[in-house]
Amino acid sequence: MSETKAPVVPDSEKPGNDLLKQITQGPGLISVLGVIVALIIGGLLIAITDEKVAQTAGYFFARPTDFLTELWRAATESYVALFNGAIYNSAQGFKPFLETLTVSTPLICAGLGVAVAFRAGLFNIGAQGQIIIGSVLAAYVGFAWHLPLGLHLLLVIVFGLIGGAIWGGLVGLLKAKTGAHEVILTIMFNYVAVYFIDYLMNTEAFRRPGGTNPISPILDSSAVFPAIPGSRLHLGFVMAVLLVILVSWMFKRSTVGFEFRAVGHNPDAAQTAGINVARSTIIAMALAGALAGAAGVAQVAGTEKVLTSGIAGSLGFDAITVALLGRSTPWGTFFAGLLFGAFQAGAVNMQITTGTPIDIVSVVQSLIVLFIAAPPLVKAIFGMNRKKKRTPQLETTQAGAK
Amino acid sequence: MTSSTLQPAISVLPSKKTPIILSVIAVIVFLCFGLLGNSESAHFQLNSAGDAFTLPELVFPGKASNIVIGVLLLGIAAYSWMLRAKGQLMATWIVAIAAILFVLSFLIWVVSGADISTISLASLLAGAVVLAVPLVFGSLSGVLCERAGVVNIAIEGQLLGGAFTAALVSSLTKNAFLGLIAAGIAGALVSLVLALFSIKYVVNQIIVGVVLNVLVSGITGFLFTTVMQQDPELYNSPVHLPVIDIPLLSAIPVIGPILFKQSVIGYLMYLAVFIVWFGLFKTKWGLRVRAVGEHPKAADTLGIKVNRTRFFNVTLGGIVAGIGGSFFTLVAIDSFTKEISGGRGFIALAAVIFGRWNPIGAFLAALLFGFADNLQVILTIIGTPVPSQFMAMMPYLVTIFAVAGLVGRSRGPAAAGEPYVKE
Repeated sequence: MSETKAPVVPDSEKPGNDLLKQITQGPGLISVLGVIVALIIGGLLIAITDEKVAQTAGYFFARPTDFLTELWRAATESYVALFNGAIYNSAQGFKPFLETLTVSTPLICAGLGVAVAFRAGLFNIGAQGQIIIGSVLAAYVGFAWHLPLGLHLLLVIVFGLIGGAIWGGLVGLLKAKTGAHEVILTIMFNYVAVYFIDYLMNTEAFRRPGGTNPISPILDSSAVFPAIPGSRLHLGFVMAVLLVILVSWMFKRSTVGFEFRAVGHNPDAAQTAGINVARSTIIAMALAGALAGAAGVAQVAGTEKVLTSGIAGSLGFDAITVALLGRSTPWGTFFAGLLFGAFQAGAVNMQITTGTPIDIVSVVQSLIVLFIAAPPLVKAIFGMNRKKKRTPQLETTQAGAK
Repeated sequence: MTSSTLQPAISVLPSKKTPIILSVIAVIVFLCFGLLGNSESAHFQLNSAGDAFTLPELVFPGKASNIVIGVLLLGIAAYSWMLRAKGQLMATWIVAIAAILFVLSFLIWVVSGADISTISLASLLAGAVVLAVPLVFGSLSGVLCERAGVVNIAIEGQLLGGAFTAALVSSLTKNAFLGLIAAGIAGALVSLVLALFSIKYVVNQIIVGVVLNVLVSGITGFLFTTVMQQDPELYNSPVHLPVIDIPLLSAIPVIGPILFKQSVIGYLMYLAVFIVWFGLFKTKWGLRVRAVGEHPKAADTLGIKVNRTRFFNVTLGGIVAGIGGSFFTLVAIDSFTKEISGGRGFIALAAVIFGRWNPIGAFLAALLFGFADNLQVILTIIGTPVPSQFMAMMPYLVTIFAVAGLVGRSRGPAAAGEPYVKE
């Protein structure tokens, strides 16, 4: 069984090796420039689909200033609206920022899940499924059991973490025992989870009594995170911060964290050094799943307070971009989560005031990750290519090639 | 488990997986579908409208036929244990027959227990092929890329990009064929980004693929709202490709509609499967591509341009997947909607693996997944006790079993996922 080779990426590739260097190295300047280029491209996309820009383009050669003014207006108007919805506006003060924190909470948790797996050399695309299973268990405990204050919320959190850990741990187990590649496994597990929750939401046990819509009863008030009055921000954010600190501590101080990093850097060397790679893989995936499960808890016990089949939304894939932008470090993931949370919170306001569709956020997010992953490209755009664009990682792989 | 009682020769005996799985299946069929099954009959209609002659309706008494099938399967399972004891492997065609028997007995069980115990086998199969078309193109794209050593997670994005562009161009030009060509170009563009980042900038191929899917979904969603929805008449009412009906042949019951009553893309599908298979396994080009995918360094030593080959194959894969995406908006559905590809790119990826990186295998796997998809729709209509969601899970569960090595062993090209840097 164990001799089965990984189907897509063979062991010899040492994904962690390349991956880690790609996502943990690179100067901060490149990240900032990457974000700027992505925002500019997004702005251009907004501008070229703007009606007034198109009108003025019609008489561009007669009055080019009209066109340029409109171009600038269309692009900036949307970003200003985004800022107003995410951080500050004159009517509400800094209240929108609370919404940003709310939206960031699951992004940070799930992003941490992806980051922990990255560190252990594993590519966790399964955050979506782990969030779903975590939120299913958490929500069930939340609305079906009626327990005293304090204990109830605690159990909701614990079961959410367990749900995610099972879904992630299964992937780790299959990878460790059969050599199946975790990318394929997690993608498939996502779909199984999607159809599973779809099925559950159509059963008596999960549907609101007397209702026909696939929506669960509201969670008991003892099962949800206390929220700041007048906003949606809840104590789940504190949970996210605690998890960041915990993961940060784990990587710096604990044996498990050390083993993850060792396996992530070079599984063969780790094995030789006496680290049980299979065990490390299973634990890393279970932990990654538990963190994604925490995102599910934040959704059902904090932001939404009910379970629906769309509970995970696009969180699973956003989490990957968050972890990549955060270069898989706990605090990097935290700030990346805040940034993307701000984009998403602001996008709602942007869509209302300027009519720019929310989809622009996915465009900007994915462009940011692409640019940050390819520093030579960003350097080329800004004319910074003084030397040969060759990263140290390439030199090691090419050694002895000729 | 019983290894201690056996000879030391245990290590050379073939794997126990096949006999075990066959036994489990046989027992399920015999007990659950047979003895505990429904005694009603299952009716299968073979004819569809416009057939040249009428075939009788197939009627299977639920319980009795499944007991018979169960006994047959038990026999096959016993035979496989016997062969294993002799140290022989069972022929693939017997395994295939067992699989078909299992599907048949499942169908009989499920249909005989349904509210309406009649289904049209002709439309079940024809619908399966229709649903499989984008999957086949997507999986061919995956095969082309992975055989050259580039993992293509962006199939979903290529399908979606193709679907969007085909709808837009076909609406604007009122010419479905221009839409088809544009879809190929759109798929190629997505591929070029994949190639640029993964080959030139050596970014991890999986990262690029995942991010590209989000990017294409964002761009098409954005343009759908800002452009298409502003004037759907002008931008989102694609002219469809005609269905070409080959006279006489299309009137053959069951296989007529599948093989001889397709849109251009449907016929292209059969052609593409053959060309990709022939190209990869029967030509010099294919040998080179596979060399690049298995051992780029060796291929380079022999003078094959590794990264150029990869660039070419990834682009070609993009064109193929883009054309597959156009099937959504030029044949199957009236107009473009957000996320019209609905995760089929990932099923196509599963088909690549389940089909063991072989164009024909991927084609058959895609057909199987299309069949499962269509069966799920039909079962919901006739009202069966099996929740449709579990049917929908099938392709994914099957793939999990496949990659975990429980059903045969699937091993991809050795260098897939690995960037190649010369010097």
